[in-house]
Amino acid sequence: MGRPRSSARDLERYAGLFARRTQGMKSSAMRDLMAITARPEVISLAGGLPDTSTFPAEDVAALMARVAADASARALQYGPTEGMDELKECIVEVMAEEGMDVGPDELLVTTGGQQVIDLVCKTLVDPGDVVVAEGPTYPGAVPTFGAYEADVVQIEMDADGMRVDILDATLDRLEREGRRPKFIYTVPTFQNPAGVTMSLDRRRRLVALAKRRELLVLEDNPYGLLRYEGDPLPPLYALDRGEYVIYLGTFSKILAPGLRLGWTAAPRPVLEKLNLGKQGADLCSSTFGQHFVCAYFAQRNWRDLLARLRGLYRERRDVLLDSLEEHFPAAAEWTRPRGGLFVWATLPEYIDTTDLLARALRDHVAFVPGRAAYLDGRGAASMRLNFSGVGEDDLREGVRRIGKVIAEQVQLYSTLTGTPPEPARRPQAAAEADGARIVPLRRRAG
Amino acid sequence: MSRVVVLEGGRSLERQVSLRSGARVRDALEALGHDVIGVDVGPDLVSRLTDTRPDVAFVALHGRDGEDGTVQEILELVGVPYTASGPSACMRCMDKVLAKHTLRDAGLPTPEFYAFSQTAFDSLGAAQALPAIEERLAFPVVVKPAAQGSALGIRFAPTAEEVPAAIVAAFSYDTKVLLERHVAGRELAVSVIDGRDGAEAMPVVEAIPLGGDRYDFEARYEIGRTAFACPADLEPATTRAAQELALATYRVLGCYGFARVDLMLETATGELTVLEANAIPGLTETSLLPLAAEAAGLTFGAFVERVLDLALARGVPA
Repeated sequence: MGRPRSSARDLERYAGLFARRTQGMKSSAMRDLMAITARPEVISLAGGLPDTSTFPAEDVAALMARVAADASARALQYGPTEGMDELKECIVEVMAEEGMDVGPDELLVTTGGQQVIDLVCKTLVDPGDVVVAEGPTYPGAVPTFGAYEADVVQIEMDADGMRVDILDATLDRLEREGRRPKFIYTVPTFQNPAGVTMSLDRRRRLVALAKRRELLVLEDNPYGLLRYEGDPLPPLYALDRGEYVIYLGTFSKILAPGLRLGWTAAPRPVLEKLNLGKQGADLCSSTFGQHFVCAYFAQRNWRDLLARLRGLYRERRDVLLDSLEEHFPAAAEWTRPRGGLFVWATLPEYIDTTDLLARALRDHVAFVPGRAAYLDGRGAASMRLNFSGVGEDDLREGVRRIGKVIAEQVQLYSTLTGTPPEPARRPQAAAEADGARIVPLRRRAG
Repeated sequence: MSRVVVLEGGRSLERQVSLRSGARVRDALEALGHDVIGVDVGPDLVSRLTDTRPDVAFVALHGRDGEDGTVQEILELVGVPYTASGPSACMRCMDKVLAKHTLRDAGLPTPEFYAFSQTAFDSLGAAQALPAIEERLAFPVVVKPAAQGSALGIRFAPTAEEVPAAIVAAFSYDTKVLLERHVAGRELAVSVIDGRDGAEAMPVVEAIPLGGDRYDFEARYEIGRTAFACPADLEPATTRAAQELALATYRVLGCYGFARVDLMLETATGELTVLEANAIPGLTETSLLPLAAEAAGLTFGAFVERVLDLALARGVPA
């Protein structure tokens, strides 16, 4: 028998060393689940991965050779924190494609779009400050908000994106409480995870509201150029002309995420602070990567890859939507995105998609549980499905497997409660007739 | 010096913890001078074992496959001695329903419970028995999958309305679930390690939730959300009773090498009850068994060496 020591011993040897903000960083059971989704036998609709095989290996090799031949020493050297001038010209071109007029000196090149979210929080958020986001919001922003101890208020969405009327009322309430949000985070176009797009009317109202209340808006726009149908809508940045909107762009979805290159365009005083924040974070983004992108844009064919990606993802989206129609139960609902990478599906409220994921993994299929897109435990009955990174056969098979485990749980619940499962799927005539209609995010009133 | 294969990872939901346990065990074995090979358990397990021809396998797997007897059966088939419990004890520990029945049959205290297979609901009308069960257990009841090592799938149901969804959630992890009386009290963990003179109980660890939702199982073993005290601040008689109960549980379930027994000390009655036993508890830097062992003066290296010696002493069952 071991002899107990006289004094109680704190077993958490490291706990006392961690900063308070790490308590906002959850190491959750969900993360353990997500670790398994990466196993090779799993069909994963959980990622947010572009299809990088679309970019031919020989083209990559040629560009690398070009960088090595033309600029080897410079490409291996540190660069300016704000990014290379030549790359900024490429960014001006990409932003012009969506109707935005920006000067090179209004830009900061970053290490992926993700760094913009981090830098904006670093620059604006003190512990306890309010940040407003959509509900659901980009799951990748959740740990960033947590790390900076932001108090995130999530605003409901519908088929036309963030409910600006609810936003307005919420801001009134916060003002009465003496709390002024530091910024409003939004993915207005083909939102991650919901797949919905903010209407033009709401965009105008959001921009006007930001101006009236003197609030910053962080517009995260990774997918704007990945539109599969309908007419493009102006980004918030174009409507606001960079007065209150901080713009976030990325090469991840129009070229390749492995390059880790994104950018921000922001009002000059904000940009200067972001620049200082970036110096502390990583001095500069990969110079080699920046040279690579410049060499790529010098070929003048970046729109060709974009067109190929649009064609590929449009087909995959259609396969996903058809498969959902075929394999998901009547009580399920989902969004019908006109671009981007994601569909958001909502199941009967008694199904918890975190638990469902554990069951689905036994059948070697994965998705992102909806709770990952909320900071307050909501979203338990929803899931995010990605269609860009998975081939058509795997999409069909993946949805079939998820549908099977959902059907199992629907049946079990019905047995347990003695209520019949919902009737067969209603024809979605209304939704089909109007291509712009998207099934509401909320399954039921109340 | 032995040639030791450390089995880790696998496809269980506790893969991440297992990888950390395995890494720590490998470090300790290397420091002891052994020839160490790490194997992430997958479809090539048998060929990896026959190719590497180890003297002994250290099983650092948690959850499905590694902790439920499956890997142990394979090791016996291939003829490789291995650490910790054999297949039957693993099965008894991993299946909470079987463990609780075994304990109850042996007269050891465990919270009152009722268990169901999916078949019971699908084909035998078990749903009609739910109201009677709920009446007997009183609310809140705890709903658990029979075979899940971590907090996943465990739910409190404060009212009858919430029981069906909790059962659906639990069935996500296993084909068998149990409804258990909720014991309000202090959470204790007693690690048991075999020695030359038989099994020894280590100092008692208490898990103390730091504010927040006391029904949030995920918080239980997370740094910053739960504090652990070792030895737990208990009356000497309670400490002895907890250690004796853990040893009795260890023996009744037929464990070997080491295990961790989780107990509740009920506030209202002062009674100790057994929640479950873990045949291969976590062995990471923050896991409870290594820390309890250290509190008893047994370093992690000495623990690993002892467990390895026990495996070699047992050999491969004929």
